Amino acid sequence: MRPRLTIALTGMLALPAAATGLDIEVEIPRMKVAEYHRPYVAIWIENSDSKAVADLAVWYMMKDTAEGKGSKWLPDLRQWWRRSGRMLDLPVDGVTGPTRPAGNHALNIDAADPRLAKLAPGDYTLVVEAVREVGGRELLKIPFKWPAAAPQSGKAQGSSELGTVTLSLD
Amino acid sequence: MNIKRTLAIALAIAAAAPTIASAHKAWLRPSQTVVAGEAPWITVDAAVSNDLFYFNHVPLRLDNLVITAPDGTALEAANSATGKYRSVFDLQLVQEGTYRIGVVNNYVTARYTQNGESKRWRGTAATFASEVPKDAKDVEVNESISRVETFVTRGTPSEKAFAPEGTGLEFVPVTHPNDLYAGEAATFRFQVDGKPAAGLEIEIVRGGTRYRNAQDEIKATTDANGEFQVTWPEAGMYWLETSLSDDKVSVPEARGRRLGYVATLEVLPQ
Repeated sequence: MRPRLTIALTGMLALPAAATGLDIEVEIPRMKVAEYHRPYVAIWIENSDSKAVADLAVWYMMKDTAEGKGSKWLPDLRQWWRRSGRMLDLPVDGVTGPTRPAGNHALNIDAADPRLAKLAPGDYTLVVEAVREVGGRELLKIPFKWPAAAPQSGKAQGSSELGTVTLSLD
Repeated sequence: MNIKRTLAIALAIAAAAPTIASAHKAWLRPSQTVVAGEAPWITVDAAVSNDLFYFNHVPLRLDNLVITAPDGTALEAANSATGKYRSVFDLQLVQEGTYRIGVVNNYVTARYTQNGESKRWRGTAATFASEVPKDAKDVEVNESISRVETFVTRGTPSEKAFAPEGTGLEFVPVTHPNDLYAGEAATFRFQVDGKPAAGLEIEIVRGGTRYRNAQDEIKATTDANGEFQVTWPEAGMYWLETSLSDDKVSVPEARGRRLGYVATLEVLPQ
């Protein structure tokens, strides 16, 4: 009975590749600085015209503080703000969330997710932009084809505000 | 004697004309042009200087400050003050969209002699007939319309605030003035009294002139549609200026009309 179940599961995993989505890993580097604030991070998909076609995640300070609302600083994510942010009514369910600490953060977007399901077949770019209060800004891009006819993987290495960013479609 | 008299007239004209008519640069400089958040505030400096954007000459007066909200309505500035070198005011961006902020001076100036005494007057076309005395002699009348503007957007850029009045020299953005990026080209249009202003010479200077040896000005000329294109060499706050003289006067006695336009535009890095 037990071996049979294993075979059945293996069979399910062998379904066409298009059924899987995007596996993204974003590293927020640990900083040795006197004043550290977690970065604002935007992760989105651009089409070949640099048009934002899907916002995957935006991490920013969602609480109000004595210094005002955290949304005030969203335009510092310059590219994201231009391509998408300024057109949005924030917060956005399933996209926006609080800032994250240093470390690796995984993001799995299922192929059935409406943001991926609506994408026409073609060339796209995963864009990750990070900006830190009293720090710098960095933007990384990883191109990919959608849907994945064969397993794909991409990697981009940041040098300041981002560490390693990986993308895999398998 | 002749030279002295000519000089005196030139000085008198310079003194009578609004500040923008001098060689100095008038400008408004907003604290930021691309803004987010709920009802955020911006603050704006207003000054006249040679260097961009430093306060070292005279303040730009806010008497004729005109703020147009994204829905086209007029707004009042808050916390206005005029100091030795600059004026300053705050503005809360309650509505989402693009705001046009401008100092619009629309004047008629006159020089005349009355009972052998030389006099100067400044007012509007409406007050000219009643305020300049009937027995005035050697009356010299000039008209001037100048606009010093800047644009600020909260959230999604909008275009309603750009609606031109159809008088004087006006800036009609083709590329949105809060969507300017280094390395990209932008197209703008000028119109005079609502019609395309062809052959207009445009001068554009990036701020921070104190820290470089040259103005590095960008020159452009408008085409038959009143349009010109500029490719921004780098990010920064830019000062754009153009002017024009014509004889389309509203007071029959006026010799001519001077039209001026200045915009402060922020170009962001990619």
